[in-house]
Amino acid sequence: MVTAAKEKTVACNDLDPALLVRAYRVMLLARATEDKLASLYRAGMIKGGVFLGKGQEALSTASSIFLKKGDIFGPLIRDQAGRLAFGDTVLDTFRTYLGSAKGPMRGRDGNIHRGRPREGYYAMISHLGALVPVVAGGLYARRLRGETGVVGVTSIGDGGTSTGAFHEGVNLAAVERLPLVVVIANNQYAYSTPNSRQFACADLLDKAAGYGIAGFKCDGTDPFASLETLQLAVQAAREGRGPQMVVATLLRLVGHGEHDDAGYVDAALRQANVGRDCLEVGATQLIESDVATADDIAVWTKEAQAEVEDALNIAQREKGPDPAEEDWQAISTERLADGHHDLEDE
Amino acid sequence: MSVTYLEAIRAAQEKALADDPRVFIYGQDVGSFGGAFKATKNLAAEFPGRVMDAPLSEDAIVGLAVGAAIEGARPIVEMQFADFSTVGFNQIVNQAATLYYRTDIPCPIVVRLPSGGTLGAGPFHSQSMEAVYAHYPGLVVMTPATVEDAYSMMLEAVSIDDPVIFCEHKLLYYHLKADKLPDTAQPVGKARIARAGRDATVVTYSAMLHESLQAAEDLVEEGWQIEVIDLRTVKPLDTDTILASVARTGRLLVVGEAWPWGGVNAEVISRVATEGFGLLDAAPMRLNARDTPVPYHPDLWAAHRPTASVIAARLRQLLTQ
Ligand SMILES: Cc1ncc(C[n+]2csc(CCOP(=O)(O)OP(=O)(O)O)c2C)c(N)n1
Ligand SMILES: [Mg+2]
Repeated sequence: MVTAAKEKTVACNDLDPALLVRAYRVMLLARATEDKLASLYRAGMIKGGVFLGKGQEALSTASSIFLKKGDIFGPLIRDQAGRLAFGDTVLDTFRTYLGSAKGPMRGRDGNIHRGRPREGYYAMISHLGALVPVVAGGLYARRLRGETGVVGVTSIGDGGTSTGAFHEGVNLAAVERLPLVVVIANNQYAYSTPNSRQFACADLLDKAAGYGIAGFKCDGTDPFASLETLQLAVQAAREGRGPQMVVATLLRLVGHGEHDDAGYVDAALRQANVGRDCLEVGATQLIESDVATADDIAVWTKEAQAEVEDALNIAQREKGPDPAEEDWQAISTERLADGHHDLEDE
Repeated sequence: MSVTYLEAIRAAQEKALADDPRVFIYGQDVGSFGGAFKATKNLAAEFPGRVMDAPLSEDAIVGLAVGAAIEGARPIVEMQFADFSTVGFNQIVNQAATLYYRTDIPCPIVVRLPSGGTLGAGPFHSQSMEAVYAHYPGLVVMTPATVEDAYSMMLEAVSIDDPVIFCEHKLLYYHLKADKLPDTAQPVGKARIARAGRDATVVTYSAMLHESLQAAEDLVEEGWQIEVIDLRTVKPLDTDTILASVARTGRLLVVGEAWPWGGVNAEVISRVATEGFGLLDAAPMRLNARDTPVPYHPDLWAAHRPTASVIAARLRQLLTQ
């Protein structure tokens, strides 16, 4: 059962204008946040890598904006926007990159490896694919507890679909008929590796049929189409129709990380439809459908930038963790702590 | 001209490809991109069809290497980070490591693991996995600490008929330099006395060699002469060189970056305690990373792993015991 959603470019009859505005403002906020992260990286103020989702804001926002309190979201590398739409904050973003002790990861983990699992916001590990079965497991437990109408969304790249964990996770979710939406951001490359070296099926959506789950396709550079598609997919999962796979085509408009100039990206792709900037596409859509004016968008952009500055000011003043105050325990059961640290008394 | 640790690894792979048509390289982004760290830079162009980008599938990458080895090839596979080798773990420890024992067919593959902590790398791009692999029978585990060893041990890794886990330390990639690549090398399996001394023995390997050498240097002013042994390979472990040194110094500190439970340090101390107890004038000591995931924040990371000053402090304790 593979149902391709209509690929629309402008009009979007099924979506509430208020939702369109909210989605677009999340996209703007994500872009402003990431622009700031890039400049912090260039200024040497972030230790370690910076991994951005520029160009993927529309799809990422759409991935989580239809989720409700009590749902599960398992975002990945390119999901700054989806994280914000699910309730993460710009402040916690900076806190995590800067290693603030007040951030959700308390300096123990950084950058994109953040979440608040108690709030249904799972914290990815680096190993791609690994989150798919974990989100499935969260949904499984919800079902055991008798909760209905819960949905879990997780995302993955074209590269991540080649992992065993992805395959095992999607297959398991299909067997268990879990309300899981897997959003595949086919941005044409996994680091430098083009799709031609990643998979041999004509379309990643073909995999949905193989797993026996529903599939949707959309243009990930098109905010309206992304929103419409995800709305359908999330609704289908919520109604108990099992796992849903969404495959969106787009291009990452930045390097794999900020250290990477992405010189391997085919110039023709940048000029093609997949290379469009979803923020520009979205602005045109909002204006042409009379949802907003260019002035509105200019004001929102300024507001997003101001929010980013405010959050950064707070995060920059916060302290990192104090090694002397750390408990250096990796297990929660205190009486079972092995307690052997050679470094302890230095 | 000088050559870095990373360039040495690249040069060794280049030579291996040039010298032996059975050699090929397979891994994520190793082709025209030249690898995440550029350890295979230009090799795809130099050796068309023999340096290939793999799908994002560590399990299958190692499995492919084993199959190719059965058919007589000598694959080098790159894990983008050592941490991701856990995804290929089954093929490494159950397929590659058991093949010779079960079938009498050797398995000459090299699995390259960019290992160890660097600033801001966090829990999943920092791991030191040598002890995990050394635990399994059937694997050779190399942990080069110098540019010369990075080069000569990589060449030997390719020529050895058994699966080699090649733990190359990312912290050494760009900063560690040598004047030129070596023409000769100590054989793999032999440890090296990196610094001679008479008062205590430090046994170490990989990036911790450099922290240990610094600590030894710092103690010179205080009148101590510390012997520092670079294990080079952690499996096989050159017990003879360690025991001979302990026989001279009577004191032993073992330093590693991996986690404490059951690792290389534990193995070294266990061997010295069981085979050379009478040589010791004081209880042996060890320094490992702390028993938590490798933390992201630079301050936590600095407190998580042994450093030269911590090693020097521990040596002072050992020397006055
Ligand atoms: C199991 C595993 N192997 C290797 C990596 C290293 N790595 C990080 S991102 C990446 C490319 C991911 O490509 P894709 O899944 O298409 O996502 P994109 O970066 O394009 O968003 C790789 C190889 C990893 N994170 N996990
Ligand atoms: Mg991709």
